[in-house]
Amino acid sequence: MIINRSRYLTQAIAKILIWMGALSTIAVMILILFQILREGLPVLHLSFFLESPKEMGREGGIFSAIVGTAALTLVAIVVGAPLGIGTAIFLREYTRESRISRMIRFGTDCLAGVPSIIFGLFGFVFFVIRLNMGWSILSGGLTLTAMILPTVISTAEESIKAIPYSYREVSYSLGGTKWQTVTRVVLPNALPGIFTGILLSVGRSIGETAAVILTAGSSLVMPTSLFSPIRTMSVHFYILAREGISMKMAYGTGAALILFVLIINVMAQWLINRYIRHRT
Amino acid sequence: MQYQEKIIEKTLLLIALSSILILALITFFIFEEGIPLILKVGLKAFLLGEKWIPSKGLFGIFPMIVSSFWVTIGALLLGIPLGLACTIFLSELIPPSVGTLFRPAIQLLAAIPSVIYGFWGLIVLVPLIRNHLGGPGLSILAGSLVLGFMILPTIITISEDALKALPPSYKAGALALGATHWQTIWRVLIPAARSGIVASVILGMGRAIGETMAMIMILGNAVKLPASFFDSARTLTTNIGIEMGYASGGHRQALFATGIVLFFIIMALNTLAVFLSKRRAH
Repeated sequence: MIINRSRYLTQAIAKILIWMGALSTIAVMILILFQILREGLPVLHLSFFLESPKEMGREGGIFSAIVGTAALTLVAIVVGAPLGIGTAIFLREYTRESRISRMIRFGTDCLAGVPSIIFGLFGFVFFVIRLNMGWSILSGGLTLTAMILPTVISTAEESIKAIPYSYREVSYSLGGTKWQTVTRVVLPNALPGIFTGILLSVGRSIGETAAVILTAGSSLVMPTSLFSPIRTMSVHFYILAREGISMKMAYGTGAALILFVLIINVMAQWLINRYIRHRT
Repeated sequence: MQYQEKIIEKTLLLIALSSILILALITFFIFEEGIPLILKVGLKAFLLGEKWIPSKGLFGIFPMIVSSFWVTIGALLLGIPLGLACTIFLSELIPPSVGTLFRPAIQLLAAIPSVIYGFWGLIVLVPLIRNHLGGPGLSILAGSLVLGFMILPTIITISEDALKALPPSYKAGALALGATHWQTIWRVLIPAARSGIVASVILGMGRAIGETMAMIMILGNAVKLPASFFDSARTLTTNIGIEMGYASGGHRQALFATGIVLFFIIMALNTLAVFLSKRRAH
């Protein structure tokens, strides 16, 4: 009986420890968000979003940084989404487990683990210097494309995988070709999952700093073309905080950054719950 | 029609090779920029040299390698127990009502930009450490604590997948033999999912070694061999991140060479993780 009691005691202690670990993780996350939002939210007036930074960011708002972030993210998605979705279609619909698919998967896994500063070094020497695109929206956007590719591929693959095989059989039985089946049956059904992956990539692009600062620069001037250098919100936040330009503005930018990322993530989670969990 | 289908298939194959192409380009350009300097300075002097004075042509990154490992080990000391607790909580203990909130919260942890973590470390942890534990505050300890949190999503999602992949009979069998729920978790489920959990920790380690911006803000940027967790430090990544903005010539090459070392460490860890998760599949 003593042995019996002790193993239930162990279980009780272990479960309490695990509850504590899990809850304190969430508590710290809430604390992080709270401490930045508490100081930052009061700064967020409409004018903060609609005015461009003045005096290095001491005054004014973050409008040009928002435009820069949006442009950079757009380039990353416009190039990255077709590449990622195409890869997923190839892996799921056009090949079985083979040497080539294993190679591609290994490449994607490795790419997913490459640190952002390495992407930054690569983007700097390849896009900025060799291809002579300078610090620009294009250089930064293409560097981000490389970074988000693994996310787009894996989420698109997951959602394509979740489509029952019978859907495809119906299309084939009606005389559909492979490509018709892919474009009219597989892709429409996989769309919510693909969109989730793209949303997560948008979130990652907005938050990325190390790779962007090396490839898109840190100019506060409003961009006029794809070849203009820009400063994204994350980079602006980093520079304000690290160089101690203005703590008030840093808090404001940080709060705006958190809000954007939060909104995008909630949308992605909603999509996952609504469309993906139900089918699998 | 047949012809068109062939073209589509080949196009998709080309697209699918893009990630390998990107990886190859990254490798090529980092090496092309960095290797000349390693050859000039000498591999041993570069890796084991303790002096980093670019103006004098001294490029030794040994203190940074050591600091990178200190910070990473510190992060794992926090990240492994906390990550395991969250994983077990998610897959075994969680009441459904909490589950709908807890899982998105973990996803959010992954979505918070690293500059936000860095800023929080700077304004909250650093003063806390400086006032209560001494030292400059900007320290390996502060960096490790923040990194420990940043690697949690990696550890949790991958090790949860490993637990989920186990046949339900493992749990049923253990419970049927009279084991408590906890004994089942600790003696059966966790050991059975071991290789996946180890893979998750290795990937978390890669994430920790590769983190840059948060570490620039927290570590305090001192190029010296760390003597304790309260010391300031400069890691491989922060070395690149801090100096890339103004470096040129041999100095810039030295930063790319630092990138090569980082790249090797990350690739070794990735390969190990892929190998481990393969073994689980068989």
